[in-house]
Amino acid sequence: MLLTNYQTDSFYDEMFSEEGGIRQSYHILKSRIEGMDDKELLKRKASAEKALLSLGITFNVYGDEEEEERIMPFDIIPRIVTSFEWKKMEEGLKQRIRALNLFIQDIYGDEKIIKDGVIPAEIVYSSSGYLKECKGIKPPKGIWIHITGTDLVRDGDGRMLVLEDNLRCPSGVSYVLENREVMKKTFPELFASLSVRPIYDYPIRLRGMLEHLSDKPNPNIGVLTPGIYNSAYYEHSFLASRMGVPLVEGTDLTVRDDKLYMRTTKGLKQVDVLYRRIDDTFMDPKTFRKDSLLGVPGIFEVFKKGNVALANAPGTGVADDKVIYSYVPDFIKYYLGEEPIIPNVPTYLCSREKDLKYVCENIGNLVVKAANGAGGYGMIIGPVASEKEKEEFVEKVKADPRNYIAQPVLSLSRIPTLIEDKLEGRHVDLRPFILYGEEIYVMPGGLTRVALRRGSLVVNSSQGGGSKDTWVMG
Amino acid sequence: MLSRVAESVYWMNRYMERAENYSRFLDVNFQLSLDLNEDSNRQWMPLVYTTGDNELFSRKYNTPSKENVIHFMSLDTENPNSIMNCLIRARENARTIRENISTPMWEVINEFYLTIKSKKKFEESDMPGIAEFFKAIRNQCLLFYGCQEATISHDEVWHFALLGRLLERADKTTRILDMKYFILLPSREEVGSTLDLIQWLSLLKSASAHEMFNRFYTRITPKNIAEFLILDKIFPRAIRFCLSKTFDSLKILSGTEKDSYGDETEKRVGVLLSEMNYASIDEIFSSGMHEYLDQLQVRLNGIAAQLDETYFRN
Repeated sequence: MLLTNYQTDSFYDEMFSEEGGIRQSYHILKSRIEGMDDKELLKRKASAEKALLSLGITFNVYGDEEEEERIMPFDIIPRIVTSFEWKKMEEGLKQRIRALNLFIQDIYGDEKIIKDGVIPAEIVYSSSGYLKECKGIKPPKGIWIHITGTDLVRDGDGRMLVLEDNLRCPSGVSYVLENREVMKKTFPELFASLSVRPIYDYPIRLRGMLEHLSDKPNPNIGVLTPGIYNSAYYEHSFLASRMGVPLVEGTDLTVRDDKLYMRTTKGLKQVDVLYRRIDDTFMDPKTFRKDSLLGVPGIFEVFKKGNVALANAPGTGVADDKVIYSYVPDFIKYYLGEEPIIPNVPTYLCSREKDLKYVCENIGNLVVKAANGAGGYGMIIGPVASEKEKEEFVEKVKADPRNYIAQPVLSLSRIPTLIEDKLEGRHVDLRPFILYGEEIYVMPGGLTRVALRRGSLVVNSSQGGGSKDTWVMG
Repeated sequence: MLSRVAESVYWMNRYMERAENYSRFLDVNFQLSLDLNEDSNRQWMPLVYTTGDNELFSRKYNTPSKENVIHFMSLDTENPNSIMNCLIRARENARTIRENISTPMWEVINEFYLTIKSKKKFEESDMPGIAEFFKAIRNQCLLFYGCQEATISHDEVWHFALLGRLLERADKTTRILDMKYFILLPSREEVGSTLDLIQWLSLLKSASAHEMFNRFYTRITPKNIAEFLILDKIFPRAIRFCLSKTFDSLKILSGTEKDSYGDETEKRVGVLLSEMNYASIDEIFSSGMHEYLDQLQVRLNGIAAQLDETYFRN
């Protein structure tokens, strides 16, 4: 019933083809939704939301005193990915992670890629994520990016593209796991009739990956959090709990004789591996930001000496830079000698004179982003910006061209989403999570983020985005 | 375990215990006011005295009316010990240690918080349902203890939880008993009167001790009540019982053998417990019960401070 009046409005729709027919993979889902009366569907939505609130699966919103904790709005209509399509994404992501790791290893090592002229040295050195302190470091097993959340989008032609890589502390995996649990309770009959690939082993794999980083048989592992006021605190605690390792704050840790210890009721205990969810520059006030109260003084020295493994390794943020992102297809060719399986979104670099001119003249048709912005901040969406906003942004870009990139406005794919009491199309992206340990593992599916506001392309939870469960079929 | 986690488990339990005690105190006093059939303010101020927050109360409120005291002790967020604040802080502690507690435990505390956080103020019109409100709070606290007992391993985390609960409980029992000291009878002739008796009975109820007391004593006298609440070996709110269990947990935590002690906290608890093992209620009465209770509170505070030093400040 709810689907009868559904309009795709000429967007690429995940569930319906251009001709208005249902895509094969959604057949069962569609018939189940249609077999349910509207009230039933709303009832299931309400009970799913209640379950999330009761479990306290919330994120914190800074500067909002009344509602400091919110649940991320959760939509109960899942997104379905066929096994065929998934196979390609999985291969593409593995390829990308391999190349990115080799790039990071290289720029903190011999800098062959710079010497060979594939990427200009100044682009690398001027990146805010580049840490000169990491020069010459060799992290355990040669792995820098242990946990990556890469954002994928589907454009108007139905092609999957990489929008960005998140290599510092990508978050959202706890929502993926909890959403799935809630969905299993909400639609048990659907799970019974479809073979959705399970994801509950993720924390076990995460732990295994962290253990791999130490040569000790039973390494002492911890998850480092900035504390309960951090927006992703719930996730930090969730992952520590599911892995069965302590969740520690900076003040729980101390450095003695080039080793890292945690303070316990029975004295100090050495830490071998730390999954840190604090940004690089806040991690060690002795080496980086002096004003950081979140980190552990001296931890970087311990890491350098090889006495603790840090995941992700410090310095990986260099590849989160959106200018460097634009070179990843070149990295894949350079290091692996392969063609990129998943292409990038076409990107203009404002540091190139020709691109800058184009961007300034065509800002009305482009999305312009700060190279190091995150969370949907520091960007402008040309077609919906006012003349004044565009003029101001052009000035900002001209003043600091290195820090800006531009991309064509993508017509992101949409998917039916329950808005109040009916289904409407909303734009989505997808963030799969990738672990790099003994081998590379891509969690089947990932976080589908959905822009709940009508017409909006911004999916970030801090800006009114929600999430959906993603089902990769067996 | 992490020192910070030990500290949070300990405080989470202290706050839950405090919230439970406050809801009982308020409820009993409310019932008492109905029995006495008088709407006088003098009956509510002693309650505030026993919490030790009387200065803050006097600064904020003109009269110790029923509504004011109930609001102050239950919902007032400016009172650090109000039920609401205890709950907020217990939940905050629970959040910081979620990976050490079970999901059912967290859900109890979180749902409890979600149900009462919208309540902002008590009005006269809320009074008919107030007994239900206090009962709901007590039930949530008991559910929390039950969940804790049944769903987490009885390891270090559990023993720090017990320490928080027991030390808070022992402290509150001293305060319940002391309440009688602050309640003035209209005249000396009324000692032993119905009013006097009802007041003593309400003390027993404040400690949920009415039925258990009746099983062991035949006469309700001040001495019997004091003996039961201070020196009883098996009643869970009696101070001696709380100290004895505190001692057991400390011994397990320090791993020391019988007849020796591992640290200063254990020593202090051990010494106090032995003194209570050899105390008699007659001696306590002749030396002055108020003074005795006062001393006990000071020593319990000292034990809590020592515990903090031994385990949480590594």
